[in-house]
Amino acid sequence: MRHTNRPISTAVSAETIERELADGLALPSDAVARYALGLGDDALILAQRLGEWIARAPELEEDVALGNIGLDLLGHARSFLTYAGSAWGRTEDDLAYFRDEAEFRNHQLFERPNGDFAHTIARQLIASVYFDALYARLQASSDPTLAAIAAKAVKEVEYHLDHSVQWVRRLGLGTDVSHERMQAGLDAMWPFVDHLFRPDRGAAELEGVAVPPQSLRDVFDRTVPAVIAEAGLQVPGIPGARGGGRDGVHTEAFGHLLAEMQVLARAHPGATW
Amino acid sequence: MAASDSGATTAGGGAGKTGSTETWPLWEVFIRSSRGLAHVHAGSLHAPDAVMAVRNARDLYTRRGEGVSVWVVPSSAITASDVDARGAFFESAEGKEFRHATYYTDSEGVPHL
Repeated sequence: MRHTNRPISTAVSAETIERELADGLALPSDAVARYALGLGDDALILAQRLGEWIARAPELEEDVALGNIGLDLLGHARSFLTYAGSAWGRTEDDLAYFRDEAEFRNHQLFERPNGDFAHTIARQLIASVYFDALYARLQASSDPTLAAIAAKAVKEVEYHLDHSVQWVRRLGLGTDVSHERMQAGLDAMWPFVDHLFRPDRGAAELEGVAVPPQSLRDVFDRTVPAVIAEAGLQVPGIPGARGGGRDGVHTEAFGHLLAEMQVLARAHPGATW
Repeated sequence: MAASDSGATTAGGGAGKTGSTETWPLWEVFIRSSRGLAHVHAGSLHAPDAVMAVRNARDLYTRRGEGVSVWVVPSSAITASDVDARGAFFESAEGKEFRHATYYTDSEGVPHL
């Protein structure tokens, strides 16, 4: 994840955060770092999943679209993980490549296998609404680094949301097969929606810094059912799954994802390219 | 993202609705790099419809801040001149140097030309 080239843009990035920390920006407290770690893991794991589509999407153009979304998310992940890691003397790479399954704090939704294209779009719709609502509020965080990351991310996430909405509509209102698959995708992802909005002890202790997850449920409930209904689909009535990624509890598919993501860095520690 | 086809052929518009080898229609992409300039042809791409074509164009052709505006046009809507007949087609312009400003010499008594 580390690159020696500095970006031309002045927008916040892992590199600008690293420089500011070197120039004397106060390190995050342990609580802030743990909060940033959860957000970073969410973005990192979904980016890894989206990367799996490259060269496998239904069309070349969709390879690029999903790849772009993944790269945006990877940018957010790098910023959050760089900031989080600074509290513990660890780099973004240490955190991404040298933690084991139970140490990851991402919600389970983001590690769900890609399934078919409709499954991926269903996951992306839920994820994008969640990120959009989260970053819109996190921009006002009293922690300037978290606020800056959110301000950069929210604009990108708005586009991700549009991409998902466009596809849900087309698949839902397309052919019988596309409709059926889109519904199946929503049904498969729905058990992991509730996790996103569960009260979080860490966030609760960081008033003004963190966004309480339960405060985002309202935006989700106002947005997602409307998109689903407009596409002629049904809001799934499936109850939430047990366990939660924020506590380090993950689904079976996660181990495979980590193995693929981490194998190179672990086989060749310190490798650069 | 097929290469732009300079011939009079069209693609995609009438693609069938069945079969796994079906590809999306082809669209031509025009990007305006800044306010006041014209949209310039940037390339082509596949998309299921015009709305998605604009989004795909954004992903494929504006990755490095190339544009402030994107147009997409179905490739099938473009009628082009025949590349093979270009000799005769463009012949008339040959040898008519008087159509160029440089053909004319300065007139005496007209200053500041």
